[in-house]
Amino acid sequence: MIARWGLWEVPLPALASTSWLMMISVLLPVALGVLGSCFPPRRVWPVLLAGTSLMAVGVALLASVMMAGAQLVSFSLGSIPIALRLNGVAVLMLLVTQLIAVATALYTPGMLRQMAPLALGRWLWGLMGALVATLSLIWMAVDLLTLYFALELMGLCAVGMLLLSGKSDALVAGTRYLLLALVGSLAYLLGVALILGRWETLSLIALAEQHVSGPVAWIAAALMGAGLALKAALFPLHAWLAPVHVNAWTPVSALHAALVIKASLYILLMLWSLLLPASEAVPFMMAVLGTLAIVWGGLSAWRADSLKVLVASSTVAQLGYLMLVFPLLLAPDISAQAQQLAWEGYWLLLIGHALAKAAMFMAAGNLIFATGESTLKGLAGTSRRLPLSLLVFGLASVTLMGLPPSAGFIAKWQLLHAMILTTQWWMVVVLLMGTLLTAAYVFRLFRYSFIDSAPRHEFKRLSPEMDVIALFLALAALMLGLFAYWPLTLLEGGL
Amino acid sequence: MAWLPLVTLAVSLVAAAIIFWLPEHAWHRRTWVNLAAAVIKLMLVGFIILRIVNGHEDTFSLPVVENVAFVLRADALGVMFAGLSSLLWLCTTIYAIGYLEDSPNRKRFFGFFSLCVASTLGIALAGNLFTFVIFYEMLTLSTYPLVVHRGNEKALAAGRVYLRYTLTAGVVLLLGVVWLHSLAGSLAFSEVPSLIHYLPDYGMQLSMIFVLLVGGLGVKAAIVPLHGWLPRAMVAPAPVSALLHAVAVVKAGAFGILRVVYDVYGIELTVALGMNTLLAVIASITIIYGSLRAIAQQELKPLLAFSTISQVSYVILGVSLFGPSGTIGALVHLLHQGLMKVTLFFCAGNYAEELGIHRIDDLNGAGRRMPLTSIAFTVGALGMIGLPPIAGFISKWYLGVGAIQANMHTVVLVLVLSSMLNALYFFPVLYRLWFCQGPAHGQGKWPEERRLGRLETSGWLLWPTMLTALISVLAGLFAGLPFSPLEWAIRVAALEYLP
Repeated sequence: MIARWGLWEVPLPALASTSWLMMISVLLPVALGVLGSCFPPRRVWPVLLAGTSLMAVGVALLASVMMAGAQLVSFSLGSIPIALRLNGVAVLMLLVTQLIAVATALYTPGMLRQMAPLALGRWLWGLMGALVATLSLIWMAVDLLTLYFALELMGLCAVGMLLLSGKSDALVAGTRYLLLALVGSLAYLLGVALILGRWETLSLIALAEQHVSGPVAWIAAALMGAGLALKAALFPLHAWLAPVHVNAWTPVSALHAALVIKASLYILLMLWSLLLPASEAVPFMMAVLGTLAIVWGGLSAWRADSLKVLVASSTVAQLGYLMLVFPLLLAPDISAQAQQLAWEGYWLLLIGHALAKAAMFMAAGNLIFATGESTLKGLAGTSRRLPLSLLVFGLASVTLMGLPPSAGFIAKWQLLHAMILTTQWWMVVVLLMGTLLTAAYVFRLFRYSFIDSAPRHEFKRLSPEMDVIALFLALAALMLGLFAYWPLTLLEGGL
Repeated sequence: MAWLPLVTLAVSLVAAAIIFWLPEHAWHRRTWVNLAAAVIKLMLVGFIILRIVNGHEDTFSLPVVENVAFVLRADALGVMFAGLSSLLWLCTTIYAIGYLEDSPNRKRFFGFFSLCVASTLGIALAGNLFTFVIFYEMLTLSTYPLVVHRGNEKALAAGRVYLRYTLTAGVVLLLGVVWLHSLAGSLAFSEVPSLIHYLPDYGMQLSMIFVLLVGGLGVKAAIVPLHGWLPRAMVAPAPVSALLHAVAVVKAGAFGILRVVYDVYGIELTVALGMNTLLAVIASITIIYGSLRAIAQQELKPLLAFSTISQVSYVILGVSLFGPSGTIGALVHLLHQGLMKVTLFFCAGNYAEELGIHRIDDLNGAGRRMPLTSIAFTVGALGMIGLPPIAGFISKWYLGVGAIQANMHTVVLVLVLSSMLNALYFFPVLYRLWFCQGPAHGQGKWPEERRLGRLETSGWLLWPTMLTALISVLAGLFAGLPFSPLEWAIRVAALEYLP
């Protein structure tokens, strides 16, 4: 696992351009965000231009990894050393982050234009830029302090964005989120302090070399794990998630569900593979909690009356799948083949869910905006009047259900394969039952949309790009399955 | 020409995309796109057939993950099913254009209709189990909107049942396929399957996987007791029922079982595991059960639905008979049943549209009012019973010969019994059509008569019906000519037994 995370002293020096590209990939989103705050874009094309420049940096980093393999770069800010590494996983997550961020940014002008002119809208751009910067930093950082800094800043940006909608419910939910995020950070910081006291280093690479273990490592893993699980809304610490998503603006929910909670999960898995290399009980416990998350999230989505609650509950269930995979990745006696399969499945599931969930929030937002109703019953007649939004929702849910040819399907294929190889039959049952449960709540929504006898609503018109961008994201999640071969080459050991 | 299978598949996908993009009221453009796509696809499949005859087998391959690839392969067995689906798609498209005239949501209907046919073609051309599963699930998703098309309470309830059955089946199938993949690696369909080498060490696992695969496929093939969705799905519009029953869903299941037995497990391994007996037993039960339920039906469409349940299991029965004749019978029945059943559903749709007839006892004397439709219905019904010279006779003949060659005399008994039962539920209908006095003779009134065209009904509805009936007769009469369904089935069977 250490090699998979790129936590080793790379023998070859990094390319000279890599450190610059890394810095640009973190600073450019901030600069663009500030620019957006000063001169809020009203059309799509300036956003597209800015987004293209950002994606170009990501692609350049991808090229750098393809050419020179994993690379390590050290900076120092005064007396604080910062280590960033670039490997396959990092660059993959970076590209996904940029793609989803650009898509949500493209969605935003249309949404803001449709709403009453809000002074708060201007703040969204700056916060979004900062959020993307912290996310990029998290994917690349390999020392505990940088991770803490990025995590804290990410949480604050996220809270700020959630509050922008200005509803009183959003204020309540946002404050609760802020409080929990601070508690989570505090737990994380305690773990950092323990590690610093015991091993006198914050660098993950140095920790990996020392093969840390023992009670201190366990306590640190428990503290950091609890803090990160709270931030990642892992079951049973998920209760704050739904109110936050229900009350936020659509692009904010999309970014948050797709990326922000995944960042905490990313750090959690990375730290645990370092601190708990031979533990069997802890990953197993995560898998059990994941099972409960799948069932609980699925049932709450199935019973949901409001569209956004359905989407938010499905996030809880989907995180459950990612928790279910923990034993295959972390337990000591897993064969190399099964571990590789689980590793590939894990990232495909995560990326597929990120793309699909962003698309789904946009589709849900479009449906709610156009019908003016946030309940499932309000969807009656939409299959005739808003077919595109509904189609996007459907395509995104194909990924969530794990039906072919989506990324979710290929991920489930790999995970099933790994589970059968390691004869974890109970996990097979959970995975397959989860598919049916997801189908149950998704098709419940579609049944409402097919009802033709409902009275006719006056539907508001959407700007076309709002649907087109959501469609693009949903199609990306769908086609990622068939074209998984290339992204997966980035996940082979050593890159 | 590796791109040929891909292009053939893409034609329907592109058609679907264009139809979704066109506005609802663009009737003319949509009709053009539909018909052009159907004709182009039929021509491409014809081209593939010619290539196969000349000894070329086109394969398109795209690696997806380690050791798993998306493969489209135009082999003889696949093209047989592809040919059936593209021919019947053309007929059903024409029929559907007429049937859905002036009804709402046509854009959605034709979009998903094209997706459904694309999935069927993908199933036909899939080169390994992985690709097969992709299109098998795509078929489930694309047929759901067609089943619930009417949007009323009954249709939505039927859709719910349909999804419960098919999604669960998809999950079971996926488990079987991944398990097999983890055991044996390659999942490619081939005429000489290599799974037999695993028999000594993994016999038990192979049997379990076989049961999972057939269980997953058997739901779509409507094997008893997995058939519950099919009669309920009758609430869908007539062209959808025709498509579901004749080509798409039910046939996809049966075709999948063919693939698993012949091209994944191989006949020898299936026999060695004792699975052919299992198949023979469930097929026999399904055949008899379906026929018995059909006799009890009061309405025409449910009668045809139960008849489908019974008829599709002939294919599975043929598969279970170890020997070339049984295989030929199975393969040729796959085609013949499709042709005849689509005819019968078109006729049922014609009676419903023109005269408002749904119940069998309203059919009295309809032969006089709608002679051409009634002739087509008679052809289909006689073919189903298995009377010469209609296509159904050929398939039953080969199945019977296969059963005798395989020394399975019970199966012969099942065939005779089911033919009698078929006659028992079809002859009363034919009697009412031709020999009873009804509104056409001045007695009583049709439930809801509409004059849809200059002929007995609209041409859009009549011509496809006549065409499929004609082909059913020709397929039986000229079974010995090259490119007839029988000739092609013999070619495929020869590949399976003499690779």
